[in-house]
Amino acid sequence: MKEFAALFDALDQSTATSDKVAALMAYFRQADPADAAWAVYFLTGNRPKQAVPSKRLHQIAAEVAGLPDWLFAECYDQVGDLAETIALILPPPTSRASIGLSVWVNERLLPLRQLDEAAQRAALIGYWNELAGTERFVFNKLITGGFRVGVSTLLVVRALANVSGVDAKVISHRLAGDWQPTAQNFSALVGEASSAFDISQPYPFFLAHPLPGSPESLGVVDHWQAEWKWDGIRGQLIKRQGQFFLWSRGEELVSAQFPEIIAAAARLPNGVFDGEIVSKRDGRVMPFTALQKRLGRRNPGKKIQADTPVVFVAYDLLEVGGDDWRQRPLHERRAKLHEVVYSMVLGPDERHVIQLSEIVRAPSWPTLAMARQQSRQNGTEGLMLKRRDSAYGVGRTASGKGGGSDWWKWKVDPFTIDCVLMYAQRGHGKRANLYTDYTFGIWKSNKDGHFGVEMPENARQLVTFAKAYSGLTDEEIRQVDAFIRKNTLEKFGPVRTVKAGMVFELAFEGIQRSSRHKSGFAVRFPRITRIRYDKKIEDADTVELIAAMMAQ
Amino acid sequence: MSAKLFVMPIAPISPTFRTSPPPLLQHTPHGLHCAAGDFYVDPWRPVDRAVITHAHSDHARPGHAAYLATPDALGVLKARLGAKATIDTLAYGETVTMGEVTVSFHPAGHVLGSAQVRIEHRGEVWVVSGDYKLDPDPTCAAFAPVRCHTFVTESTFGLPIYRWRTLELMFGEINRWWAENAAAGRASVLYAYAFGKAQRILASIDAAIGPVICHGAVEALNRAYRQAGVPLPATSLATDLPQNFDFGRALVIAPPSAAGSPWMKRFGEQADAFASGWMAVRGVRKQRGVDRGFVISDHADWPGLLTAIAESGASRVLVTHGSVPVMVRHLRDAGLEADALETEFAGEGEGEGRAEAPPDAALDATSAAEIESAAAIESAAAIESAAS
Repeated sequence: MKEFAALFDALDQSTATSDKVAALMAYFRQADPADAAWAVYFLTGNRPKQAVPSKRLHQIAAEVAGLPDWLFAECYDQVGDLAETIALILPPPTSRASIGLSVWVNERLLPLRQLDEAAQRAALIGYWNELAGTERFVFNKLITGGFRVGVSTLLVVRALANVSGVDAKVISHRLAGDWQPTAQNFSALVGEASSAFDISQPYPFFLAHPLPGSPESLGVVDHWQAEWKWDGIRGQLIKRQGQFFLWSRGEELVSAQFPEIIAAAARLPNGVFDGEIVSKRDGRVMPFTALQKRLGRRNPGKKIQADTPVVFVAYDLLEVGGDDWRQRPLHERRAKLHEVVYSMVLGPDERHVIQLSEIVRAPSWPTLAMARQQSRQNGTEGLMLKRRDSAYGVGRTASGKGGGSDWWKWKVDPFTIDCVLMYAQRGHGKRANLYTDYTFGIWKSNKDGHFGVEMPENARQLVTFAKAYSGLTDEEIRQVDAFIRKNTLEKFGPVRTVKAGMVFELAFEGIQRSSRHKSGFAVRFPRITRIRYDKKIEDADTVELIAAMMAQ
Repeated sequence: MSAKLFVMPIAPISPTFRTSPPPLLQHTPHGLHCAAGDFYVDPWRPVDRAVITHAHSDHARPGHAAYLATPDALGVLKARLGAKATIDTLAYGETVTMGEVTVSFHPAGHVLGSAQVRIEHRGEVWVVSGDYKLDPDPTCAAFAPVRCHTFVTESTFGLPIYRWRTLELMFGEINRWWAENAAAGRASVLYAYAFGKAQRILASIDAAIGPVICHGAVEALNRAYRQAGVPLPATSLATDLPQNFDFGRALVIAPPSAAGSPWMKRFGEQADAFASGWMAVRGVRKQRGVDRGFVISDHADWPGLLTAIAESGASRVLVTHGSVPVMVRHLRDAGLEADALETEFAGEGEGEGRAEAPPDAALDATSAAEIESAAAIESAAAIESAAS
C-alpha cells in the first residue's frame, strides 16, 4: 500500500508525461506481481464498488475523530472531497503495517462490503489506524469507489512495455476484455509475446486536422473527396485468417461490445477496414449517448441490439488479403473498398450492418458548402475532406503537399445560446474547492399554462437546460466562484441554488428531446464560450428558440 | 530599553459604580484600543501609541507616532518602517506601566521577535496572542503560555483538517525533493513568504545538498535575522553569482510573487514547490500549479490553537482572523465564553469567514501584504549591497 500510495503521489504531483511513465516504471520494477496486478487494474480506470455507504463512512470517521456533525460538515466544505476530509481529520496512526496492495484489497477492502455495520466500523477503525497520509486517502478513495488518478491507460501500457520489453500493442491487446487482477494474469501480461498477437494488430489511425479557414485554400474541389463526418466511434475492423478484431481509436478492443459487426464481417474478405461505428435506427442516426451505452456493455443481449442497432460505416481500406495498401492513393483504396462492400452477399433478412461511407459530390466549393449545411439533418457533424491522391498516414501528421494535411474535418458551426446560471456544484480534483460545475437555465413562458390563460410576459420562468463545466479560464472561474458564494439562495448538499444574475453564452452540437432537464431538451457537448457581462438575465434565450433550432 | 514614551504616571483610581467595566480592549476604527492604557495593539490606522505583536505588515503598519516592540523585532521593523520611525523596545518578560495597566511581551513563536501582549488591569489579565505557533522554530523564541482571563487568539487554520506533521518529516521531504532535483541537474525553486517562513526553512534544511540562492526580498530579511544573532546557512543573491553559474544543484528561495517573473528564468530547468499551511488540502495544492506543496506554517494548527487556548487558562476567548465562526462555536460547545473580535488582519474582511473563502484568495492576500513590505526592504537591500 505504501508503494502504491507513493506512486499515486508521484502521478498526482506531476504533469509531465515522461515523469509519470518513469514513476510507473519504477513502481512496476519493484512491485510483487499480485500487487502490480491490482495497480494495473485501478490505474486503467477500474474501480471496486462502494464498500461502505458514504453517510456511514462519514459518521464513523467523525466519531473516531471526535468531531460533531456540524464541524465535520465545515471540514468537508473546505476540502470538498469526502475521502480526503476523512484522511485529514483522523488522528495519526499508532501502528504501521507494511502490507501489500493485493492483501489490502483482497483481504480487507473487498470483504468490507459483506460485513454488517458494527463489523465494518470495527474493521475501519483498525485499518485507518495503520495508514498515514496518502495511503489513508487512497484507501478511502477505494472504499468510496471514487479512485481516480491523472494517468491514461496508454501511459500505463507504455510503462509496462518499457519495463517488460513486450510491445505496447501486445500489452494493450492482452489487457483488453475482462482482465482480472491476479498475479498470474499480471505475469502473463508482461510475459513473452504470443503468436496470436500478430493477426490482431491494428494500424495506427490516420487523423484529420480541423479546417482553419475556408476550403478554397485547398485548391481544386475535384482533388478532394468529401464524406459526412459521423459522430460515432472511430473503429478499425480486422479480418485475418478467419479471425475478427474491432479496435476503437483508443486502441481498445471492442469486438465484444458490437457482436453484430463481427458477425457481418464474416462476409468480408480478409482485410483491414477503417470506419465509424454509428448507431442507426430506421435509417436515422441515433444520438451519441445511445452508442455510449453500447460501449459500456459487453456481449449485449438481443433487446439491446434491437433498441440500439449499430452499423460500421466503412471509409477506407488499409489491407487486402495480407497486402498493406496504405501507400496507395485514396482513389484506388476507395475503388477497392467499394468493390468489396458491394460484392458482399446478404441473406434475405440481413441488415446492412457494414455500409459504405457516402461520397458527397459537388462541382464547386460553394455547392459543397451548401451540402454541408444539411449535416445536422443527417445526424453528422459536417464534412471530411480527403485528398484523392493521398496515402493513409500515421496519426495527425502534416504529410500533405506543401506541408498541409491530407485529411481535414470541416465541421458545421456549433449552436450558441445565452443562458442564466441557476445552480452550481464544486468541481473535482484541482477544482475541488471552487464552484465549477454549473447548471444553466433558459426562459419558458407560462402562456400555455395550466389554465389556458395567456400570462403576461413577466410571468415567464427560468427552467434548467444544460450543465457545463468547461470553457472558462482560471481567472473567470474565480470570478464566477465569488459570484456564487455571494449569491447563494439555498444549499442542498453539494449543490447551491444561485440567484439569477449571470448570463453565459453556451455552445453545443446537437439537440434532442429529453426529460433530464425541465426545459425538455438535452444538448450534446455543451461548453461555455464566454461570460456575457453585457447581458441582463432578461436577455437570455428561450425554450421556443431551442425548439426552432432543433427544427432546423 | 527605552520605553519612556510609554511610562505614564499612574492615574488615581476613580471610584467605580459600574457593575460591569468596559472591556480592556475594544474594537475601534483605528484598531484594538486599550482605553485604560491609552494605546492600541497592532492598529490599522495611524495612532499615537502602537504596541506591536510582530513585524508582518498587516500587524505593523506605517504611520504611527510611536511603536513598542520586542528588541528582536527592531531590525525588521526599522527596515520596514524607515529610520525615522520612533520604536521603543521591551524585552520578553519585562513590564512597563501605561496608564492604569501593566504591559509585557511573551514569546509567540511565530517569527523573529513575535510576541503575545499581556495586559493587566486591576488584577484582570488579557493576552493578545497576535499570530502564533507551538511547533519548534530555530529562528525565534518558542511560544510560552501565559495565564490570563481573556485570551485573544487568531484562527487562520482553525479547522480540524489542519494538523501539522513533525518537522523532521516535513524538512526531510524538502531535503529529498531538493536532492532528487539536484541529482537530475535541475534547480529547486521553493516559494515561501519572505519574512519568517523563508528563514525557518533556511535554518532547517540540509545546506550540504547544494548552493542556496535567495531572492532579494528574502535576502534582506536574512540579513536582519543574522544581525539579530540567528544562524542561517550561507546564501547568495543571483546577481552576485557569475554569469555562467550552474544552478542545477541550487535551492532557490523566492516570495510567491516572483513566480512567472523574468527573474525566475535565469535558473534554467527547474522544479517548483510552495511552502504553506494551505498546501494541506489537495485541491489547493493543485490550484497553485506548482510541482509540490510542502505543508509548513508559522501559524498554529487546530490542535495547536486548542492547546494554546487551554494552557492560557482563560475563561473567555476572543477569536480573530481566520475560521472565526467555527472556533467560536467549538469553544462555546466546550463550555468557554467565546466571541468573534473583528480585526483587519489578513484573512479578515471576507464576509462569510475563512471557511467560506477560497483558500487561494486568502493566501494571495497574505502574500500581497508580505510582498509589499518585502519590496520596501528590497530597495533598502539594494542600496546596502551597492554600498558594499
